[in-house]
Amino acid sequence: MSITPQSAMKGTGIGQGVALGPVARMSPSPIAPTDETSSLTHQQESERVNKAIEAVAADLTQRGEVAGGQAQEVLEAQVMMAQDPTVTDAVEVHLKDGKTGEYAVHAAFAEVAQTLQALGGYLGERAADLYDVAARVVAALRGEPAPGVPDPGYPFVLVAQDLAPADTALLDLNKVLALVTIEGGPTSHTAILARGKGITAVVGVAEAAQLSDGDEIVVDAANSAIVLAPTREQKDEVAARIAQRAAVQKAPITDGALADGTAIPLLANLGTPDNAAEAVDLGAEGVGLFRTEFLFLSSETAPSVEEQRQAYQQLLEAFPGKKVVVRALDAGADKPLPFLNDAEEENPALGLRGLRALLTNEEVLRDQLSALAEAEAATDADLWVMAPMVSTVEETETFAKFAHQHGLKTAGVMVEVPSSALLAEQILQTADFASIGTNDLTQYTMAADRLLGSVAGLQDPWHPAVLKLVREVGAAGASTGKPVGVCGEAAADPLLAVVLVGLGATSLSMAPAALADVRAELLRYTLDQAQAIASAAVSAATAAEALDAARSTSTSLAND
Amino acid sequence: MSATRTVTVGSSQGLHARPAKLFVEAAQNTGLPVTIAKGEKSVNAASILGVMSLGVDKGDEVTLTAEGEGAESALDTLEAFLKTDHDEA
Repeated sequence: MSITPQSAMKGTGIGQGVALGPVARMSPSPIAPTDETSSLTHQQESERVNKAIEAVAADLTQRGEVAGGQAQEVLEAQVMMAQDPTVTDAVEVHLKDGKTGEYAVHAAFAEVAQTLQALGGYLGERAADLYDVAARVVAALRGEPAPGVPDPGYPFVLVAQDLAPADTALLDLNKVLALVTIEGGPTSHTAILARGKGITAVVGVAEAAQLSDGDEIVVDAANSAIVLAPTREQKDEVAARIAQRAAVQKAPITDGALADGTAIPLLANLGTPDNAAEAVDLGAEGVGLFRTEFLFLSSETAPSVEEQRQAYQQLLEAFPGKKVVVRALDAGADKPLPFLNDAEEENPALGLRGLRALLTNEEVLRDQLSALAEAEAATDADLWVMAPMVSTVEETETFAKFAHQHGLKTAGVMVEVPSSALLAEQILQTADFASIGTNDLTQYTMAADRLLGSVAGLQDPWHPAVLKLVREVGAAGASTGKPVGVCGEAAADPLLAVVLVGLGATSLSMAPAALADVRAELLRYTLDQAQAIASAAVSAATAAEALDAARSTSTSLAND
Repeated sequence: MSATRTVTVGSSQGLHARPAKLFVEAAQNTGLPVTIAKGEKSVNAASILGVMSLGVDKGDEVTLTAEGEGAESALDTLEAFLKTDHDEA
């Protein structure tokens, strides 16, 4: 990499992409104006407001012309609202009272919006448009940039404090070259969006606060870095990498395999059945992790067997003849469920979560297994079930017994706790397979809360301590003849995926957007070579050294 | 000079969303002060928020009033607009 560390701002890269483009900053919503008496005359305030409304109307009209289609209709309706006599009359009432233009606009639009909300239905929904117009007019009065997602009219790198779901809903992803956030970590909404859509992103870049609109930057997710004002050389390198990645994305979809033909099935991580079709299109050979929490998170009580069966059946129908691994409800820690565990815990990540919570609420587990068995009977998919957060052999035996009682033939466990990695040999004598969850395995190995930004530096799956535990599980899989999958974020990092295979993983599961990169990387090495790279990484002393060792070994193999 | 007439709305979406916007544009283009009333409630026809708040549906009767030179011909235009179905586009 020619990108020098001195000139780079560091953050956490999401995915393997690299992008080059001009910065457009997301402006925060203006602070609500306070009720103040103006020092200007009524006439002067009136003129200021009219000018601001005209400027906003002109801006929205122009954006509409550029956007065309339905977006133009919406923006033109906003222009009409900005100039609507009902609103301008209400503004005038406040101006006559001697208020500032800012306050008059803020108060008048809010009054009209509230009237609309009271009417409900279609008109009620327009209230949000009015608040948006009001925020734009207030910003114009103050000479601030328009709030919300920027639309400079050309492709840009979006730089934001952090992105809320409402912001990203308005984002035209075709215009976004990359995302950079000042706050937020690898589990932030921005990171999830980027991973899901395959957008190049670097999150948590504190120094990005100093970037301005129009700055040309390189966003290098693969190296977790941002480079301001790149040199000619760096730009050429970026262009070459973008071309190389485009070729990888366009490569024919083949089943996952190493250069020597060793099959490494590439599976999808899914959180709802709705994304199944997209995963199939991107070449997923099945599902390696289906999270079932979406069925439970929105409810006060557990969903019925019938509701669950429908969702599972919808998923399984998308994968006829393919393997689908469903994880039993994984509640607790970051996703508490009142009907499973309502106790206040000092350390929820070390508390009653995962399988522990299910075993104290056997009905919930039995209902879920019944629904899964019914869905399997109605479809042709090869259903495997696994328990989350298993830490002992006894828990493995109990879960396998429950699953088999319900007629589910393949029952495995997630390896997320160091104890189960160390006992993998014994666990795999009972379990039909193991699936390594690298996010939690890293959190528990490093004793670093994965949701806590202050210890995010320790949350690195390249850490040799984590890799050694993976090696234990891989070796146990080989000696017992049982499959060992990886379904954490680590499997989506192409070079780390090679290391995991070298350590004994027999399948990899990831966000579907990552499949093409991993597929291409695996094809570059034989199993012997993957093992050599893995061995170099495991022998390192630190996470950074493990990455370097894997890189230099892979480079020297490529040059042989 | 002032003119008034009552019209039955022909647009299948009434005066919501897109037809409301087109009607308000047509009313503004007459260059005259125009009001539109449904039942007791009368609003400025140049206000999209006012027009939408009437909640006019297909088959409703509305009363248009225009003031000034050319009021009759302005109402001819608006009447023709209201009788047409604008939702095919």
